[in-house]
Amino acid sequence: MKIYVPSDSAAISVGANEVAEAIASKVHDATIIRNGSRGALWLEPMVEVETSKGRIAYGPVSVEDIDSLIAADFAHGGAHQLALGLTDEIEWLATQDRVTFKRVGIIDPLSIADYEAHGGLVGLRRAISLTSHAIIDEVTESGLRGRGGAGFPAGIKWKTVAGAVSDQKYICANADEGDSGTFADRMLIEGDPFTLIEGMTIAAIAVGATEGYVYVRSEYPYAISTLQKAIDIAHAFGWLGSSVLGSSHAFELKIRVGAGSYVCGEETAMLESIEGKRGVVRAKPPLPALEGLFGKPTVINNVSTLSSVPAVMADGAAAYKARGVGRSLGTQVFQLAGNIKRGGIVEKAFGVTIDEIINGYGAGTLSGNPVRAIQIGGPLGAYFSKSQFDTSLDYESMLAAGGMLGHGGIVVFDESVDLAAQARFAMSFCALESCGKCTPCRIGSTRGVETIDLIIQGVKVEENKKLLLDLCEVMTDGSLCAMGGLTPMPVKSAMLNFPEDFTGEVSRR
Amino acid sequence: MKFSPWSKDAALVVLATLREEKGPVLMALQALQNEFGYVHDEAVGVVASYFNKSRADVHGVLTFYHDLRTVPPSDNQISICVAEACQAVGSRQLEKDVKAKFGAEVHDGYCFGNCALGPCAMVNGAILGRASVDKIAKARA
Repeated sequence: MKIYVPSDSAAISVGANEVAEAIASKVHDATIIRNGSRGALWLEPMVEVETSKGRIAYGPVSVEDIDSLIAADFAHGGAHQLALGLTDEIEWLATQDRVTFKRVGIIDPLSIADYEAHGGLVGLRRAISLTSHAIIDEVTESGLRGRGGAGFPAGIKWKTVAGAVSDQKYICANADEGDSGTFADRMLIEGDPFTLIEGMTIAAIAVGATEGYVYVRSEYPYAISTLQKAIDIAHAFGWLGSSVLGSSHAFELKIRVGAGSYVCGEETAMLESIEGKRGVVRAKPPLPALEGLFGKPTVINNVSTLSSVPAVMADGAAAYKARGVGRSLGTQVFQLAGNIKRGGIVEKAFGVTIDEIINGYGAGTLSGNPVRAIQIGGPLGAYFSKSQFDTSLDYESMLAAGGMLGHGGIVVFDESVDLAAQARFAMSFCALESCGKCTPCRIGSTRGVETIDLIIQGVKVEENKKLLLDLCEVMTDGSLCAMGGLTPMPVKSAMLNFPEDFTGEVSRR
Repeated sequence: MKFSPWSKDAALVVLATLREEKGPVLMALQALQNEFGYVHDEAVGVVASYFNKSRADVHGVLTFYHDLRTVPPSDNQISICVAEACQAVGSRQLEKDVKAKFGAEVHDGYCFGNCALGPCAMVNGAILGRASVDKIAKARA
C-alpha cells in the first residue's frame, strides 16, 4: 500500500519527518512516498493513503496520532477524527485552478516516471518538434508575464535573446525568493522540480542557449538538495546534457547558491552574484537579454514563470490565456501567509478578489482577532486596509490601487499591528540590504528610519511626515533598481491607509 | 555542526574542486566556510592567488554577503525569521526571548519560505515552524 507523507520543508517544520519515521516503523507493508505539499499548509503534516476510490487525507497528523490512526485502519481509509476525506474533494483544494502547481503534492518529486504519468515532458517534446520562432510565438500568444513581480511579457524577452547573435547564451532561473510571505518557488522546486527543469529546457531550445543556472537562496537548503538530485536524475535520463531527449539540442544546468543577500533577487545583482562577485546592481541598458551573464545574451525569468511554460506548451496558448482578466492572463500562485488561519498555496486565475483569498480561503486570522492590514507583494509591496478588500488581484488593478502584485505573496496582520513600526521596518530592511550603488537607496533608507523614528516620538510630526514623503519621492524616482525604488511603497501606503498610526502619540497602543 | 580546523593545504583541496567553474570566488568562499566553519583571514590571499583575482576582489565579496563570516561559529546556530510574515505572528517577541536565553547563538533571519506556519526558526540547519522558545531549546539539544 502507498502512504504519502510530504517532504516539503513547511511540512517538515511541523514534524513530517518524524511522522514518516513513525509510520515506517509501525506499518511494515507500507511504501512511503515523500511527495511535495498540496499547499494546504495548515493541514500539514497531511498524510494521504491510496485507496480504490482515490487518495484519502488525514491531517494535521502528529507522531502521537499514529497509534490511533493504525487502530482506525487509516491505511485503508478508515474513519478517524483527523480524516479529511478524498483529497481531491477537500473544498479548499477542489475550488482552486492548479496549472503551474498541477503536480505539486501529487507526484513523487524525484520520479521521472511519475512526472510523465502526470503530463510531464509533453511540452518539451512538442517544443523539440517546433522551430524557435514557433515556440516563442506560443509563449507570447499565451500572455504569460514575469511572475517575479515586474510582469514583463515572457515571450518578448525570449524573442530579444533569440534575435541576439552570440557564441553563447544562458538561461537563468531566479529562485532567490527573498520576499517575506512568498514560498511558491520553494514549494515548486521541492515538490515538482522537473517542471522547472522542463521550462528552462524549453526556454533554452527557443533562444538557442546551451547553459542554464538556477540561483537558489541559501535559506532554502531543502530545495537546493531536491533540485540537485533532480538535475542529476535528468542527466542520467538523457534529458540534460549534450542531446536533450535525443535531439540536436544541448543543455547543461547548474545550481548557484545565494549567500543571504536580498538584493540579489534583483536580476542584474543576481547575475553579478552568479559570476561570483558582490551583488551590486547593474545599470540598464544594456539589457541582460543582450548583455547578461558573463556579458552574453541571457533569459532571466522567475521560477514560477519558467514553471508555467511546460503547461503553455503542452496545452497550448489558447488554453492558458482562457484564464484571467484584461492583460493578466493565466493563473497566479497566491501565497497566503502571516497571521492567517488557513495559509498556503492558492492558485487561481487572475481576477480573484483580496477578500476571496483572505476571508474565503484564509478563513480569517490565526489569532482570531479581526484583520487590520495586509501586505501584498513582499517587503516592497503596499499595505492595504479592509476597505480595499474588493480589489481584484491582477497586475493592472493592483497598480491602480496604489500597490503591486509582486510575486503573489499576501501577508495578513491582525489588530495588534502598528503600521508606523512596519514602515520603519521597510526602511531599515532597505538600509540593511541596499547594495550601496546608488545614493537614494543607500543613504535615503537610513534617513528614512531616522525620520520615522521622529514621527513615532512625536517630534514635529507634520513637518517630518512631509519630509518623509519628499524622501520617498526621491527614492522612487532616483533609485537604480526596485530595492530603493519600491521601499517607499510600503511606507507611503501605510501612511495613506493608516494615518492614525502616524500621529506621533507614542502611547496610543 | 563539526568543521575541520583551518589549514591552507586543506583549503587548496577544496578550491581544486572548483577549478572548472565560471566566476568561482563566491562559491570558493562558501565552500571554505562549509569546510572550516568560517573564512579564515589567510583564505582571502589563498583564494585570490588560486583564481588569479586581486585580494580586494575577494575581500569585497567576503564583506558583501551576510552568510559569510570571518570568525568561527558557536556550536549552535539559531536563526529567527524577523521578516513581515513572521512578525505578524509574534516573531519580534520570540526573537527577544530566544536571544535572552541563547545569546550569541541567535541571529536574525529574513525569510525561510515558511510564511504560513510562522514564526519560523532554523536551528542547526533544521527548519522549525510555529516556533517557540521551548521548541527551539528542544531542537538545539
